[in-house]
This record gives sequence, structure tokens and C-alpha cells, in this order.
Amino acid sequence: MALVLLRRLLQAVVTVAVVITLVFLIFSVIPGDYVSSLMAEKRSLDPAVAERIAAELHLNDPVPLRLGQYLVGILHGDLGLSFATQQPVTEMLGGRIWASFKLACAAMACAIVTGLPLGYIAAARQNRWIDGLAMVFAVSGLSVPGFWFGLLLMYVFSLQLGWLPTFGYGQGGIEHLILPALTLGIAPMALLARTTRAAVLETKTADFIRTARSKGMSEGRLVRKHLARNAFMLILTMIGLQFGSMMGGSVVIESLFAWPGVGSLLIQSVGLRDIPVVQGCILVIVLFFLIVNTLVDVAYLLIDPRIRYK
Amino acid sequence: MLKLLARPNLATGGAIVLIAILVAVFAPLIAPHDPITDANLMFAETAPDADFLMGTDEQGRDIFSRIVYGARIALTIGLLVELMNTIIGVALGVSAGYFGGWWDEFVQGLTNVMLAVPTIVFALALMAVLGPGILSLLIALGMTDWAYSCRISRAQVLTMKSRPFVQAARTMGYGPVHIMARELLPNIAGPLVVVATMGIGSAIMAEASLSFLGLGVVPPAPSWGSMLARAREQLIVAPWVAVFPGLAIFFTVLGFNLLGDGLRDLLDPQGRSKR
Repeated sequence: MALVLLRRLLQAVVTVAVVITLVFLIFSVIPGDYVSSLMAEKRSLDPAVAERIAAELHLNDPVPLRLGQYLVGILHGDLGLSFATQQPVTEMLGGRIWASFKLACAAMACAIVTGLPLGYIAAARQNRWIDGLAMVFAVSGLSVPGFWFGLLLMYVFSLQLGWLPTFGYGQGGIEHLILPALTLGIAPMALLARTTRAAVLETKTADFIRTARSKGMSEGRLVRKHLARNAFMLILTMIGLQFGSMMGGSVVIESLFAWPGVGSLLIQSVGLRDIPVVQGCILVIVLFFLIVNTLVDVAYLLIDPRIRYK
Repeated sequence: MLKLLARPNLATGGAIVLIAILVAVFAPLIAPHDPITDANLMFAETAPDADFLMGTDEQGRDIFSRIVYGARIALTIGLLVELMNTIIGVALGVSAGYFGGWWDEFVQGLTNVMLAVPTIVFALALMAVLGPGILSLLIALGMTDWAYSCRISRAQVLTMKSRPFVQAARTMGYGPVHIMARELLPNIAGPLVVVATMGIGSAIMAEASLSFLGLGVVPPAPSWGSMLARAREQLIVAPWVAVFPGLAIFFTVLGFNLLGDGLRDLLDPQGRSKR
């Protein structure tokens, strides 16, 4: 078990290193850096000044040197300074990670609370009208553009009904959280409903369920003891995958709702070519994905003894 | 025809996709106004009426006409992007499954990296470097979303490569390229078509998202996503600006998703993997 975990951890470290290098190369090899985007913005920028800024930001150093220094910095917990504000990137990310995490948790909660029962009901009434309706609902949820769904929610609940604020973070209260969470949760909800339905249907026809039923086990106990436990493994995978990619998936939603998270910071700094900040945001997004997935693996080992002995 | 009706997913999805393609092809015949040049501030933000079926935007351009022409952008980008992704994914996946060894390890590692970074984030970084525009979009989206077709083609090849027909081809002296392209590829095409169909939908969605953020198609080109870019600020006075382009994205993506579902059911008659 420890060996499996160690292997996973090693894989995660390699993945992070490759992503960092890849993003770094994308931004350094292709022409056009922070200074040139600054010059495009302020046309009157003196070439001499531009040269000095570039030198101060070490943009003229060779790429391998800069990459090496950056990677060493990461090991010390130092993500460099923002080109635009000279603020440490770790400081800029600090508060935003919490905002994004809060949004991701709220969205996942929405998705689980609605998606799981929907999928279960659909499976229990397989091929009835309610099943069809639930699945039409699910495929629609997968097809709806999140930012458009958010606009519609904003129109109905903020502008027409006046129940909730349109956008922003406010004092961090729940009223600002509801609409972005619903918007971000719609696609995972749809996927969860489909996964739950498929998992329950698959488990329902398994041999051990038939055995349990034939030995006279009550339906309620059957569902709790056997069906739910086994179907849950498949559902957990989907929850993990969805939750893990939510930090990155929320990029568009965060900027629609002006949510001060990692995603909206990423978009701001991408426009400025503020590479240290872009790197930092992507690092957070990837780390979050890898941490969640490793946790799911650990949960597997704890829930399902069969994996432990492999 | 009756058989088609027994498969509602396939029929509905196919119909929607067909309509979208027809609209894109015959755009000049369908659209009553020019999507770009017919701007007239006199008619800015007109509510939907007989002349402007879906109202006008802040420059007085007919939203219906812009949506009709927008189908061309959405479908072109969706098809080309998915074509690129499929070629990359299949080339990597089939060769990884066939050769195994260090190449397989490398491809799998690369796939894990691509899966760890959400497509939209990778594309965002690339768009920032390449600058907005259709060509950049093709590169940014066409090179970042191949992980699924790669995984599926690798898995399929692994189950196929010890089958007699592959061994027969090898005994007959055919090289690896011939075996992969002529023997293996036709046999794994089914699941790939399903993945690619749904991939077109997600490519259209990704294009819309990037254009919505101002990092995709350059205005004034009528991209559905960029039509929504300023909808939030106009939501009170002109909600129709927000409603109709989104509906176009929704139905088109829905069409490709349903078509993909339908094709999967068709290719997998046991219906065990009805997800």
C-alpha cells in the first residue's frame, strides 16, 4: 500500500515539473514578452526604458538559467515577483486560493445533492418516463455553456426577482456564492447523474446482488450493504475527477461573476503576460487536481480491500 | 426511418447537427442582414420584432443574422480542432499501444500531464502567446484536447494486437506502419468516432468560452462566444443579446452530444456502457 502511494506521489511530482517547464517554455520561446506587451499598450514607452525594465526583470537571461532559478525557487516556496506589481506571487495567490476553493466546494455540493438522487431515481425507474426526463436533463446540463447559464441565472434571480446580488464577492457571504456555485455545478451535476445511473444499473444486475436477494435479504439492507457500497466506487471516481478539475474549470465562471479567485487572476495576468503570476495560477490548478486525485486513490485503498492486496 | 425513431438520441442529435450544417452552408440565403456591416446606431438594442427576429446588439446589428453566420465559425473551428486532436491522439495512442516500452511510458506520461491541466487553461496560455484569432484558436485547441482519443486508441490496440489478423499481417511481412494504419485503425474506428463526435461539441464550447473572454475570435467576426462578451453589461436593457447566441451554442453542442450518445448505443448494442 505504501509502495502504491509512493509511486503515485512520484508521478505527481514529475507531472508538476513537466507542466511548469512546458508553460515556461511556451512563454519564453515564442516571441512577445511582458515588455513588448507593455510597449504595445503604452506606445510612447522609450526603448531605453523598455531595455531597463527587461534587464530588471531578468528577461534577457538565457531561458535554461531562468527556468532553473524558477524551479529552485519553487522548492523554497518562492514563486517569484509579479512583473506588473512587484508583489510576491505567493502573496497574490493566498487569498484567491481560498475564494476558488470555497466556490469549488459549494459547486460540488450542489452537484452531489442534485446529481446523485437524480441518477439513482433514473436507475430505479429504468426506461420509464422519469428516467428519460432525467437523462434529457443530464445531457442538457453537459451541453449548456456555463457562462451563458450564469447570465440567465443572473437575469432571473438578480435582475428580475432581486433575490441575489449579480456578481462580486461582497463580504464573502453566502448570498454572493449561490449563483456562481450553481453555474459551476451544472456540468458536474449532469455527469454525476449519468455516472450514478450507470453505476447503479451495472451493480444491480451483478451476481452478488442476485445472491443476496435470493437468500432473502430485505431490499433496504440490500441497497445499503451491497448496492450503495459497490456503486459508490464508480461514483467516487467521477466526483474526484470533477472536483479536481474544478479550480481550472472555474476560470470562465469566475470572470463572469467577478469572483476574486485563482481563475480570474489567471485571466488578468494572461492578458498582461505577467508570466510569474500565470505560472503560479497554473501551478495551483495542477496541484489541486493532483492532490484531489491522490486523496481519491487513498480513499479507494481504505474503502475497497480488494485493491490493497493486489 | 422507423428504426431511426426507435433511437431518439441518434435521430435528434443527427437532426440538430444537420440543421446547423445547413444553416452554415446557406448562411447568405438565410440571414436577412449582413452580420458585420449592417451596423446602425439608430436601431441599437432593438427588441425582437418582425425585422430583427432576435433583436439587435449595441451597434444595431441584427442578432439573428450574426447567429446564422456564427454557425460557420463554430462548425469550422469545431471540426478542424477535433480533426487535429483526433490525429494527434490516435497517432500517439496507437503507436504507444503497438510498440509499448519506453515510448508507451512517455506517451502515458504526456497524457497524464494533459489531463492534469484543464484544456481551457492550456488553451488560455497558448492564446495569450499567439494572440487572438482563428488560426491561434486552431493551434491552441487542436493541440490540447487529445488525451481521451489517445487513451481509447491505446486501450483498443492493446486488446487487438495479439489477435490472429494482426499476427497474420506480421507473418506476411507487413511493417508496423502498415499494420497500424491498415489493420488496427479500421478496427478501432468505432469508439473513436464516438469520442470525436462529442469532441466537436466540446471544441465549439471551448471556442465560445475563449471568445467570451476576449481571447478567441476577433470582433467584429460573429462568433457566438464573443457576441456574449458584453451581454452582462446589457442584461437589464437588452436581455435578448444574452439569450439567443447562448441558445445557438447550447443546441449545437447538445446536437453533437446526442449524436455521440446515439452512435455509442448503436456500436455497443448490449448497452452496458450507457453513460
